[in-house]
Parts: sequence; structure tokens; C-alpha cells
Amino acid sequence: MTAALEIKNLHSAVEDQQILKGVNLTVRQGEVHALMGPNGSGKSTLAYTLAGHPFYEPTAGEVVYDGQDLLEMDADERSRAGLFLAFQYPVAIPGVTVANFLRQSINSRRKAENPDDKGISIPAFRRLLKQKMTEFNVDHKFAGRYLNDGFSGGEKKRAEILQMAVLEPKIAIMDETDSGLDIDALKVVSDGANRLKSELNLGMVLITHYQRLLDYIKPDYVHIMLEGRIVESGGPELALELEKHGYGWVMEKHGVSAAAEA
Amino acid sequence: MSEFTQDAVKALSAYLNEPEWMLERRLASFAVYDQTPMPTIKDEAWRRTSLRRLKLDKIGPSLNGDAATELPADANAQMLDIAAGGSMVQVDGVRLSYELSEELKAQGVIFCDMHTAVQEHGELVQKYFMSQCVTAEDGKFAALHGAFWRGGTFVYIPEGVKAATPLHNALWSANGKTFTHTLVVLEKGAEAVFSDEFGSAKTAKGQFLHNGAVELIVGDDAHLTYVSLQEFGDNMWQLTHERGRVGRDGKLDWIMSIMGTGLMKAFQTLELDEEGGWGRMSGLFFGDKRQHFDLDTQQNHNAGNTVSDLLYKGAMKHQARSVWQGMIKALPDAQKIDGFQANRNLLLESSARADSIPGLEIEADDVSCTHASTIGKVDDEELFYLMSRGIPRELALRIIVQGFFDPIMQRIPFEGVRQRMAEQIIDKVGSLDES
Ligand SMILES: Nc1ncnc2c1ncn2[C@@H]1O[C@H](COP(=O)(O)OP(=O)(O)OP(=O)(O)O)[C@@H](O)[C@H]1O
Ligand SMILES: [Mg+2]
Repeated sequence: MTAALEIKNLHSAVEDQQILKGVNLTVRQGEVHALMGPNGSGKSTLAYTLAGHPFYEPTAGEVVYDGQDLLEMDADERSRAGLFLAFQYPVAIPGVTVANFLRQSINSRRKAENPDDKGISIPAFRRLLKQKMTEFNVDHKFAGRYLNDGFSGGEKKRAEILQMAVLEPKIAIMDETDSGLDIDALKVVSDGANRLKSELNLGMVLITHYQRLLDYIKPDYVHIMLEGRIVESGGPELALELEKHGYGWVMEKHGVSAAAEA
Repeated sequence: MSEFTQDAVKALSAYLNEPEWMLERRLASFAVYDQTPMPTIKDEAWRRTSLRRLKLDKIGPSLNGDAATELPADANAQMLDIAAGGSMVQVDGVRLSYELSEELKAQGVIFCDMHTAVQEHGELVQKYFMSQCVTAEDGKFAALHGAFWRGGTFVYIPEGVKAATPLHNALWSANGKTFTHTLVVLEKGAEAVFSDEFGSAKTAKGQFLHNGAVELIVGDDAHLTYVSLQEFGDNMWQLTHERGRVGRDGKLDWIMSIMGTGLMKAFQTLELDEEGGWGRMSGLFFGDKRQHFDLDTQQNHNAGNTVSDLLYKGAMKHQARSVWQGMIKALPDAQKIDGFQANRNLLLESSARADSIPGLEIEADDVSCTHASTIGKVDDEELFYLMSRGIPRELALRIIVQGFFDPIMQRIPFEGVRQRMAEQIIDKVGSLDES
């Protein structure tokens, strides 16, 4: 059975400030949705709320993931259920190596499924990590480096995708994974995402400001978010429209002044 | 039961069959002890650590018959089982087992308990013992130690010898009267890795005392790695003086871990006496319940072109409290020195407390000295990031705390010890009442 993420009338607040004001969106495995929208419109807020960040509080609406009430689950449960968030700003964790971190992530999954699980063997883990690093063109030295600590912007984004490849989610939200990537890296990451899509039937929400990414990962749907709501949905042509004309027409159509968004 | 008296000094020395010169030193130290008032919180160095509840004379010295004669069943077996070319186990200052590889013997390495050293290497001990590093004048408890020291280790590496394998010493306290003395001497160009591990039963009751001293003498071009690991039960009162001295182009890599003890006041001093000297002090401490650690460090640049680098990292939970007070000093003609000190504290619960007091006293003008100190809690964003990858909250917390200590753990040159300490850290993180 393929999993679906069904977001219904989702409202979410940060520090008592209402940011999401009724988001509706359904993402099935195998589908690619692009989510676009001006700065501050609430795209990352949606991503964090779905991932279960404690600062982002759902205040109304519901989210059903794979038949379960997502908002009732802790962040770690959501991940283990197959939801993945590639962060816009990945967090550095000094003192914790990429390898150790990923092994603990894998083992947490195994243990949740079977409390007696002894965890992945070190050689098997090494093999897996090596293979994924080669696949995603990540320097093997990264395994021994502290997680995101001192990584360049692009390295952080690649590390996010590496994690995604290792954790094999069903649905991934990629928050501006393309920003900060050079052309070659963008190609590697996109190829990888496309591969995961065909291998795992991965469903994706690509949050992006640029058409460029969508040249590499073809979206089935494009959505525009404005002031905490999805106000336009369409096919790939919608992104091309934005590329050409910007957000002015969308704002005008929905009665939002540019100043209010800034 | 005996108290800390001059007669007790004589009785101890006689029981140990010591030569006259050692008795004289003990008596001289005792005289200083006798004349020095008990420190109170009115003394600057003791402002944050009160000894009011310490019943010193009820504990008393470790005289004949007080010491254990066999390893108690509750001693930490792992602590005693470290692969090293030289290893020794002492309980209450009495040597119970001892091994030194043929290879090290052939190199001329001396590794023995302090009492054997007094008997068999008198000349060396007379030269170095409490004369160049820790002296009775350093304070009330340095003087007490000089009078009543018992047990500990003597390491001597002759000129140009690079000790082929590490040396390891386990010091267990069973009777709670612990006065260990560590004296390490590296002659010119010598190299060694030496580790002291201190422990006592977690279940022990009543007041225990560890009044130890550590003296590290690193000659010109010599290189010493000294690791001190402490996991005493929390009924221990620990009052210690430790000092390392580094010669021209010498290197001292000094690493300490503090996990146990109820209350500790330690004076740890690095002296860079000659040009080209390098010293690194790495500290790791983790307190819980009502543990109280007070660490007083000094990095003394007594010559130009010297480098000192201190990093102390502590985590505290429950009502535990830590104090770090650090000072970098440079004499007027100690130019072109590099002095660095950083103290990082992680408060796992808001009931815990850490004080961090860096200090500089620089009389030279062409120097580069920096200090940094931070006190913070576990970062929510780090926690969320780990959880967003499927790692449960408690495990995520452990990973973050272990990561916090990792840079110092990496400096411990014993794989088995690292493993064990990682387990202790996990144990101490346990489950937290809040975050
Ligand atoms: N942790 C936070 N604290 C305070 N305000 C926040 C927080 N997170 C988001 N906001 C506010 O919520 C609004 C939406 O922010 P969000 O990050 O979701 O926008 P975005 O669409 O992802 O923008 P961008 O394209 O710049 O990444 C902004 O006004 C932002 O300032
Ligand atoms: Mg954003």
C-alpha cells in the first residue's frame, strides 16, 4: 500500500503568532509537488509543523499520514513512519560524527520495530554508508566529520540528501535543498532524488524558489503559498509562469499587498 | 583511631620503615600544616567551596593496619584490566599487584609504588619529591599531604628513552583514607604515556578523604601524556594539588576526567619554564545529585615562546555544582606566548549550577591570550534535528551530551577507558526530569 500525506485545513502558530491559516494539500507516494511562494509566506513553517518541531504548534485542522493522525505523533515517530524533512538550515551537532549519527538513526528504526534488535552490524553499516556516499558524490571523509559542523552551505544540503538516501523515507519534504548547491551538486542531488523516487516510490514536496530545480525533478503539481495558505495549484506551467512574471499577479489576485509579505 | 598529629607522622614513617630524610620532610610538612589555618569561604580560593562539614580528624591518617590487604569485591574490575606495559593496583596505598614488561625494564624505565621508590631510588626521590612541583607551602592540604602521604606511583624515564608502551595505575580506596602521591619524571628527550585511575565503592558510607598530590616533571624535549580518571563514590572529599612543569621544547598533554566524588577542590597548575614549552590541559567532568567540583587552574608562562591550551568541559544535573576558576599568567619577559583557556558547561537541569571564572594576568606585551567560557543548556534545535531522524528523545540527549564531551574523550589514549567512560556518561545522563 502506498502512503499518503493528507493535510486538511492546517493552522499552525509560532510563539502565539498564527502563521499557517488553513493549508490543504495531499501528497501521495510517487508524486512530486513543488511548493513555491514568497519569503515568509509559511513554507518552512509547514515543513516544521509536519515534522513535529516543538516550537510550531498546530492550532486547527488535521494531518493524516499513512492512515495515522500525524499531529499526535512525536517527531521521532514521524520519521520512523517514513516522513523525512530535508532542512532549509541543517543543524550542526559538534562532537557527533555523521557515521555515528546515521547508525543511531538506523538502529532507532530497527529497535522501534523489534525491541530485541541488536542494531546493524558495523561492517554492514560501513558498506551501506560507503555505497550511499559514492552514489551521492559525498567525500568519504564526511563519515568521520562532526555532523554539519563547519560544513559549507552546499555540503550541508548534500548531507541532508545522504541522510534521506540512508533512511529511505516514503514521503520527503525538501526545504530549499537546491539553494546553496552548485550546478554539479544540484545535478547529483536531483539524480539521487529521482532515483529514490523510482526505487522507493518516494513522494516529494519540493520547497523552492527556482525553476532550475524543477528542470531536473519534474513536478506533477505546483502550489503557491501566500500568507499561510495555498492559493494556487496547477501543473508545471505554474512554475514557469512565476519564473516569468514573479508573484505580483498572485498577490493582486488574492488581495495581498507586497509590503504585507515582506 | 588516630588524628593528624606529629606522633601520627612518626608512627606512619616508622611503620613504612622510611629513611631519616623522608621522616624529616614529613615533619617539616606537618609543621606547615599545623601553622596554616583551615581555609574558609573567606579565603579567595575557597569562596565557593565550604569545608565546614568535613570532619578531618575523624577520618585521620592511613596508619598501619588501617589499610586493606586485598582488593575488595566491589572494586571496579574493568578499571584494573587495562592493557598496558606496566600496570599496578593499589588499595589504600598498599600495592596489591604489579607488572612491568621486560621491554620497559630493559629500557631502564622505573615504574613502582612510591614507597618502593623511597627505599630503592632514594636519590631520585630526594631530588624531585615535593621540591619542584607541589610543596607544603602551596596550602593547608598540600602540607597535610606532605606529612601523611601514602601510596601512589613513581615513574622515571631516563634520558632519551621513549617508553615502548603505556603505564597504568589503579588506585582504590577501601578505608577512605587516601593520600596518594604521583611523581612522574621524564628526563631530557624521554617520552611516556601514564594513567592514574582512582576509585572507591559507590555504596561506601561515612566521610572518605582523598588528599592527593600529582607532580609531573617534563624535561627538555621530553613528552608526557598524563591521564587521570576519577570515579570515587560520592562520600569522597577530594582535596588535591597537582602541578606539571615543562622544560625547553617539552610537551605535557594532561587529561583528566572527574565523574565521582562528593566534593572536590583541586589546584591544577601548569608551569612552562623554558622556551618552546607546550602544555595542554583537558578536563571532563560530569556531576549529578549533590556533587560539587571546584577546579582552580593556572597556566603559568614563565618563559617566552611557550604555548598553553586549556579546555575544560562539564555537564551538571540535579543539584550538582561546578566551579572553574582559571588563570593565565605571563611573566614580564615571557614574550611571544600563546595562552588559551576555554570552559564550556552544559546544564542538563535548571537546578544545576556552574560558575566559570576566567582570568588573565599578563605582564608581557607581545602575547596572544584568549579565554572563553559558556554555560548553556541542551540546544532544542539539536534535539529536534536528531529526533527528526527517528532518534527517540532520550537517546538524542545522550548523543548530544556524548558529543559535547567527544573532543576531550578523543584525547584519552586508552580505547577500553574511552568505552567505559562513554558508558558512564550514558549512565549519568539517564533520564532527565526536564529539558
Ligand atoms: N521560530 C520562529 N520564531 C518567530 N517567527 C517565526 C519562526 N519561524 C517562522 N516565523 C515567522 O513565520 C513566518 C513564515 O516563515 P517561514 O520560515 O515559514 O517562511 P518561508 O516561506 O519558509 O520563507 P523563506 O522563503 O524565506 O524560507 C515569517 O514571518 C517568520 O518570521
Ligand atoms: Mg523557508
